[in-house]
Amino acid sequence: MTIRGKARIAGAYEHPGRKISGKSVAQVHAEVALGAVADAGLSLSDVDAYFCAGDAPGFGPLSMADYLGLKQLRYLDSTETGGSSSLVHVGHAAAAIAEGKCHVALITLAGLPRSQPMPRPSASGLAPEAAFELPFGPTTVSMYALAARRHMYEYGTTSAQLAAVKVAASQHAQHNPHAMLPNPVTVEDVLESPMISDPLHRLDCCVISDGGGALVVVSPEAARDLRRQTVTVLGHGESPKLADNGRIDLTYTGAVWSGPRAFEEAGVTQADIDYASIYDSFTITVLQTIEDLGFCEKGKGGAFVADGSLLAPHGALPFNTDGGGLCNNHPANRGGMTKVIEAVRQLRGEANGPVQVPDCELALAHGNGGSLGTRSGAATLILGREGA
Amino acid sequence: MTAAAGSPGGLPAPAPPVNPETQEFWAATAAGRLLLKRCLDCGSVIWYPRAICPDCSSLRTEWFTASGRGRVYSYTVNHRGQGAYQGSAPFVLAYVELDEGPRVMTNVVEADTADLAVGLPVDVVFHDTGDGSALPRFRPRKDR
Repeated sequence: MTIRGKARIAGAYEHPGRKISGKSVAQVHAEVALGAVADAGLSLSDVDAYFCAGDAPGFGPLSMADYLGLKQLRYLDSTETGGSSSLVHVGHAAAAIAEGKCHVALITLAGLPRSQPMPRPSASGLAPEAAFELPFGPTTVSMYALAARRHMYEYGTTSAQLAAVKVAASQHAQHNPHAMLPNPVTVEDVLESPMISDPLHRLDCCVISDGGGALVVVSPEAARDLRRQTVTVLGHGESPKLADNGRIDLTYTGAVWSGPRAFEEAGVTQADIDYASIYDSFTITVLQTIEDLGFCEKGKGGAFVADGSLLAPHGALPFNTDGGGLCNNHPANRGGMTKVIEAVRQLRGEANGPVQVPDCELALAHGNGGSLGTRSGAATLILGREGA
Repeated sequence: MTAAAGSPGGLPAPAPPVNPETQEFWAATAAGRLLLKRCLDCGSVIWYPRAICPDCSSLRTEWFTASGRGRVYSYTVNHRGQGAYQGSAPFVLAYVELDEGPRVMTNVVEADTADLAVGLPVDVVFHDTGDGSALPRFRPRKDR
């Protein structure tokens, strides 16, 4: 059983808002849902499967399904793996479609962390590990800083190399009229920005933005009736990376498992990939992920990114041409949805002109959710241009 | 004993949530002992403490007293504390690899940030939470 070629992404929509006032989270879910089904040339009444994660307000998928008035549902999935959830959902939707369980799957993500700051989980959390972590004051940035420090120790990675990831993202963001941070920055700008949690500076961190996005995944039969160019789901891989009974290793991510599974299913290799959306909660996330996906040797990510490899359209691995989470948008504190959306734009030839990869046939999108410093969930998708 | 927020380093000492599975661990910290669990079937040291061995699925485990010695596996000087740590920055969040094996999340205290390094030998200290438990933190070893 494979999902290769058995499902298509027919609709993709990114909310243009980065600071959204006077709206509820459910309302933004609805706006992106309508945007995605309209992009596909469908309506909500065509949807027979719904996918969302923990950013959706209410009880699993039930509250939003009810809010949206989805009346034909026969498949639901609320897998929660933080920022990688949307990529997991695409993979699960493709599998469900391949098995004939549904034909038109809607995936939504939305959040308003910028205008309505979300409460931090408290130390009274019920997670079994909570007592052994939260009392020591870990923050999101500091846990990724722990990963960066260890990667530096083992491989000699430098802060300037990490900064090169942000520099490339900012070069791309200048062409995105919706980007929250559209101005190009230099390595020096990153290194001179305030230290948040050593060795990560403010400009090593993604933005905090309101917004959202949605996708519509359909069966090939449903795609036949659509006028819009679709994108073929060729491969999917997912894996948790856990703390492993006190043996946590901060130098790699779950991409070491999700990547090979996706490549194998798609029947392609790293050299075939024309464009990559790489999860970029922090610069270190990108660096570890491209190593783990096999785009360069383990430990050589620093040299790879410092060499301009990530720059579109002509770098060795053009990445995050929307500016990514580092510069464009990180809605609901989750960057997975926008990773898929920009890959779809590239494969449709609809990325912003100066960063459109010429003749883009194969794209990879990768998400990482949770924390590199403790437990995280990785998901990799390989997508192909229709007919390619 | 001084209650709450009483660490020499000025760090808060938030009380952890305690449940029947971890009660013995936290009671020991209040008495200045760091307990670990060992699996009676496969011999694995278990971290964080739990009733099941995550290596072999055995439910037969026992507590033992750890040496309290380890080395810094990774660390960061956090300049933006949140929650109970708001206003406590800068402070050090770290993973310490215990001599018994597990890498545990903790704080390094009583250290000049210039002396921090991966591999730094450290010893456990206990900071009273005022709630019948103490946080196991680590300071640079003095006899090295």
